Amino acid sequence: MIVELGHFALILAFAVSLFQMSVPMIGAAYGWRGWMAAARPAATAQFALTALSFAALTYAFVTSDFSVHLVTANSHTLKPMLYKITGVWGNHEGSLLLWVLILTLFGASCAWFGAGLPPRLRARVLAVQSAVAAAFFAFILFTSNPFLRATLVPFDGQDLNPLLQDPGLAFHPPFLYLGYVGLSMAFSFAVAALIEGRVDAAWGRWVRPWTLAAWMFLTVGIGLGSWWAYYELGWGGFWFWDPVENASFMPWLISAALLHSAIVVEKREALKSWTVLLAILAFGFSLIGTFIVRSGVLTSVHAFANDPERGVFILLILAVFMGGALVLYAFRAGALEAKGVFGMVSREAGLVFNNLILAVSCFVVFIGTIWPLIAEMFFDRTLSVGPPFFDATFTPFVVALAVALPFGALLPWKRAKLARVAVALIPAGCLGLATFVLVYAVFSGQSALGPLMLGLAVWLVAGSATDLWQRTGRGPVAGRFVRLSRLPGADWGKAIAHAGVGITIFGVAALVTFETEDIRVAMPGVPYQVGPWEVELLEVGQVEGPNYISTMAHVRLSRDGDLVAILDPERRIYPVAGMPTTEAAIANGFTRDLYVVIGDPQIGGGWALRVWIKPFANWIWGGTIIMALGGLLSLSDRRYRVAAGAAKPRQGVPAE
Amino acid sequence: MTRLVLILLLVWVAPVWAVQPDEVLDDPVLEDRAREISAGLRCPVCRNESIDESNAEIARDLRLLVRERLVAGDSDAAVIAHIVERYGEFVLLNPPARGSTWILFLSIPALALAGATLAVAFLRQRARAAEPAAALSTEEKARLDELMRK
Repeated sequence: MIVELGHFALILAFAVSLFQMSVPMIGAAYGWRGWMAAARPAATAQFALTALSFAALTYAFVTSDFSVHLVTANSHTLKPMLYKITGVWGNHEGSLLLWVLILTLFGASCAWFGAGLPPRLRARVLAVQSAVAAAFFAFILFTSNPFLRATLVPFDGQDLNPLLQDPGLAFHPPFLYLGYVGLSMAFSFAVAALIEGRVDAAWGRWVRPWTLAAWMFLTVGIGLGSWWAYYELGWGGFWFWDPVENASFMPWLISAALLHSAIVVEKREALKSWTVLLAILAFGFSLIGTFIVRSGVLTSVHAFANDPERGVFILLILAVFMGGALVLYAFRAGALEAKGVFGMVSREAGLVFNNLILAVSCFVVFIGTIWPLIAEMFFDRTLSVGPPFFDATFTPFVVALAVALPFGALLPWKRAKLARVAVALIPAGCLGLATFVLVYAVFSGQSALGPLMLGLAVWLVAGSATDLWQRTGRGPVAGRFVRLSRLPGADWGKAIAHAGVGITIFGVAALVTFETEDIRVAMPGVPYQVGPWEVELLEVGQVEGPNYISTMAHVRLSRDGDLVAILDPERRIYPVAGMPTTEAAIANGFTRDLYVVIGDPQIGGGWALRVWIKPFANWIWGGTIIMALGGLLSLSDRRYRVAAGAAKPRQGVPAE
Repeated sequence: MTRLVLILLLVWVAPVWAVQPDEVLDDPVLEDRAREISAGLRCPVCRNESIDESNAEIARDLRLLVRERLVAGDSDAAVIAHIVERYGEFVLLNPPARGSTWILFLSIPALALAGATLAVAFLRQRARAAEPAAALSTEEKARLDELMRK
């Protein structure tokens, strides 16, 4: 019964979305206030209905209602409660329902908090947002209905993919979706602005917080996914350039570009048409990401829905929205003239450079991801594009961005003297250079890339500190410290996010360059050395979990005779899902992780044991958290709320 | 319970985990070369995994083959060529720069260059453009006057 209610609510939400995509749009075109105003309650109703539908599906999972086909396929009575709930989105149908839930949530929050928006713009934004929702409601109802009942009700379910039964992955999809779908707001604003034929500082100020929020969620989502891969897949890799990872990385890069270019729109009323294009592309890449994940067109670890019909449907959605938006853009972009004037050396120019690098690096990821498809379709070659390609082609852009970032961050608006900025950055530059030289000299025989990246990371962090310090003006040091604490949230957010980039680069460079690996047959009770650490396999035993059976080892790690940690790496077998997993055991540390994996028992006795020393591994995810934190600080800047709310609604040029 | 575990362990053929202790070569220089080569070769039956990371049986066979060839004195390029000959260019994670793949490799600097040219042209134009006079509508002017009078 509850399941049917959920199904019914979903159909109703679809109907509401059809209403909301048409009525306010027509109202906005003719200036009918009542029709425009209809968008706000409709957005709320749409969200409420979708939430009800999602709650019904969650209920089915929690109560293990195996008459619902989806629950049978993805759940089991013995599964822990946490994973019964996260199992709702651990599959194709449920994850799409989460997708529209978030989409309607964003639409509704625009209706709730958009009181300061001009009514016409708000009506159009909500209508476009609803059009996207309508397409996805149709997709769910016609190709991927989560509420289908089974004719024969089985005794128990088939369990969730054990790899997904993990806290890191449980919350990875919701964050990623919040990011993907958050970019739909930027898209809706862009399309509405194109219809309106007007982009101004107020528009930039409205788009920026949504983009910033979406980017923050993407950052956290990607970080969680990478962290999960690190401890779950069993060899401590953190990024594989897998199509699905790339699918989330592309919108991240574009949204990073977008939130920088929106600053130029807001502060200087320039780069308007470029910003609108970025807003369209950012959501386009989100849709491409959804297409890649959901269609399984590019074989990948994550493609758990290999269904061409669904792929074609998403491709259709992608074609309609991207095609429509880009055609609209082609016709209307000319109307968006730039106002601001600035010199070749200025903050604006720095942000243009930032956008150039981010956009081209996004293209690198894009072309590399789809190249196997193109090669097969047009050139009849089956080939692979993997990590060596991406490492080689992406790294130069990281280097260019890292070198330029502190300069760009310090340049003043309009016209700047590069020499003045360079003088301010001398200490940061010296620190970076010293790091490079020192690391290169101490670890001679390494390639120069690792030390170079470490140097750049230090340069980035020191550059961000310089940025903050410069903001405090001149005068006695004590006064500057006082002013430092009073700087607006946006200044702190900017510096912290930039420093986060540096910290992540530091972690990646240190891990890739200085990782130590040891693979051997370990005899219980016989200690051996790995670097400065002493490793001893104590014993191996069998342990029974709620829905798995585990082979668990106890490994003692010590240094100079002092116990550092006793780790319990496991190999699990999930009998219902019929799948083995590796559970690495990690001793986390500030400067290094000790990573232990237990392998097979050996014929002559003993066990295969792999031990890694991973320097600064945690800095990779620490950096992403700091980046997101910077975004949050920036978002909390009260200037957003005050100015956005106070923005005078002004009439735009109506679309013919 | 113990018996069940034993049965399960027997029934599930234990997966082979990435590089095994018995595969590792005694000569560390050769082993390093083997690891580097393995990281660039794709496991033919896996999804986006190199043979160095893969748990598949065929990946192990390939790892052993790489080491065999290295011990026999082949150069890195010869080892890779040997495997490509058997499995096709599909196994190369870095696609070989020949034929249509040049489009892939050249598109990146081409786009970067085009983008840079456009960006510089845009910046030039912005730098030269005169700041437009603040054009006020009559309505805005009236409002301004009103404000100034206060």
